[in-house]
Amino acid sequence: MRTYRSLGELSLLSLAIALPWLLQALGEDYYIGFATRLLIYALAATSLNFVVGYGGMVAFGHAAFFGGGAYLVALLMTGGLISAWASWPLTMFIVALLAWAIGAISLRTRGVYFIMITLAFAQMIYYSVISLKIAGGDDGLPIDQRSNLFPFDLANDNVLYWLALGLLALSLLLLKRLSHSRYGHALAGIRQNETRMEALGYPVQQLKLVCFVIGAALAALAGALLVNQNGMAGPGQLYWTQSGMLLVMVILGGVGQRYGGVLGAFVLLGLEEVLAQVTEHNHLYIGLILLAVVLYAPRGLAGLFCKSR
Amino acid sequence: MMVQLIIEQLLNGLQFGLMLFLLAAGLTLVFGIMDMINLSHGSLYMGGAYLGAAATQASGSFLVGLLTALAGMALIGLLLEATLLRRLYQRDHLSQVLATFALILIANELVRMIWGPQPLMLNAPEILSGPVDLLGISYPSYRLLIIAVGLAVAGLLYWLVGHTRAGMWVRAGASNREMAEALGIDVRKLFTGIFALGAALCALAGMLLGPLLAVQVGMGENILILAFVVIVIGGIGSIRGALVGSLLVGMVDTLGRALLPSVLRIFASPDIAAHVGPALASVLIYLLMAAVLFWRPTGLFPART
Repeated sequence: MRTYRSLGELSLLSLAIALPWLLQALGEDYYIGFATRLLIYALAATSLNFVVGYGGMVAFGHAAFFGGGAYLVALLMTGGLISAWASWPLTMFIVALLAWAIGAISLRTRGVYFIMITLAFAQMIYYSVISLKIAGGDDGLPIDQRSNLFPFDLANDNVLYWLALGLLALSLLLLKRLSHSRYGHALAGIRQNETRMEALGYPVQQLKLVCFVIGAALAALAGALLVNQNGMAGPGQLYWTQSGMLLVMVILGGVGQRYGGVLGAFVLLGLEEVLAQVTEHNHLYIGLILLAVVLYAPRGLAGLFCKSR
Repeated sequence: MMVQLIIEQLLNGLQFGLMLFLLAAGLTLVFGIMDMINLSHGSLYMGGAYLGAAATQASGSFLVGLLTALAGMALIGLLLEATLLRRLYQRDHLSQVLATFALILIANELVRMIWGPQPLMLNAPEILSGPVDLLGISYPSYRLLIIAVGLAVAGLLYWLVGHTRAGMWVRAGASNREMAEALGIDVRKLFTGIFALGAALCALAGMLLGPLLAVQVGMGENILILAFVVIVIGGIGSIRGALVGSLLVGMVDTLGRALLPSVLRIFASPDIAAHVGPALASVLIYLLMAAVLFWRPTGLFPART
């Protein structure tokens, strides 16, 4: 059973690797950019799924870390730091520090109040950033070239696609390892019964905080990819609707399911793209589909296919 | 001059706060009693504004528009609760977020299909278009009407929730739903009523704010987050908390926007003040909320004990 599953994963991965060549052969180069966007959002949604599904924290401010990563890479680039080897880890580190501070305060609250306080911090960051003149204000911050990831040439769309694919695969692997580690089991215990884990002597708050910070750092990595794909960092990427969108992707795909975030991002963005070509009222149909999922697939799309985590 | 400006801004803050209260009152009861996150509350506000604006245009009377909006949204709220939302009470918060987010998408698209992408025009009634003289301060009479209506509705709600039998049921439901059910209160029916009332209050806010703000798609999302901030500050499920939270948020936001840039000019260069001021003012209410939650993790007036 297990070998079949990893066989399936491997064949999907090789198909994904070959995709740019396939699209070029078909003359549909436009879709390489679209596929890259899917992968980037899949990474962002996966990072949120780690926080929501594994850490049991419904964070409603993930846009701050996703968009924040995008803005930081763009800012470092205007400051002259073009090398991705330097600026991307630095961005992840800064965002992780930020998430550590936000998480430490937010984790004092729980449930609905946690949802709202993470939202509050994200909105503070949104309004602070659009007031910064060096961040471009309401217009956002364009970059005039992509990050330099020597020896790879990110200016080539295919390379950016493969990079996004590689980073998504690595992140999924990392999260899988984490969830099977001692730490992952402790997290699962906290999700089921926080009081009991505390009584057993686990530092519950710290373990949750670490989970929050890891999720934020991965979101920042997705943001770094996004700014390279879009050519700019925009205020919309920090606004609360972006956090809502990521959360919807996670719930749609399946909270706590390993491929929940990936599935949710693919389905939501894919539906948007496909329906936009058929009708101008695509949001009406997306809304109806989401409603149907809530009512008839309570565990998300991934829950339809597999029972286990 | 400065005193006049401050009084005028205080009145504006009061007006904004009272309108926020109309939205927050329904939201906090829905949240407090059924433990249901309703992101589509802002869509009811948008629906009320559109319905009212269309009816006003068709009939030429603001009053007819207002009554249409109230009745129409109460009915829509009733239907929405009975057909869909009722099925979500037993589900977790995440499912509710997804479902009501879907409702936002549907509502926005329906409004766009019916009334088109352009904002609708809604004018204040002719008699109320001029300013009135208020102890030497000239203040728009329409805004004064909003304050009066807001105060009246707040008083009415306070009496309804605090001093009637139905209000007692509501308070019982908010503080402990299972116990209220066990005592023979039909919480389901009660809740349908609350939801319809909340929708009508949304419509009232949408209609009254229509002439001041634009009646357009997306107007609900902007104000929804403010309403959530209000109920979290006040404590979920508490009408008194919603009132205090609304006035606090309305005042802080309005006064911050009006006064912060000039206050900052004392400390910093005009250039910085002009840029940082508005941003800091937008951040203020979120800072307020984070601070309240830091020291009072369940809001100022928690309904649940």
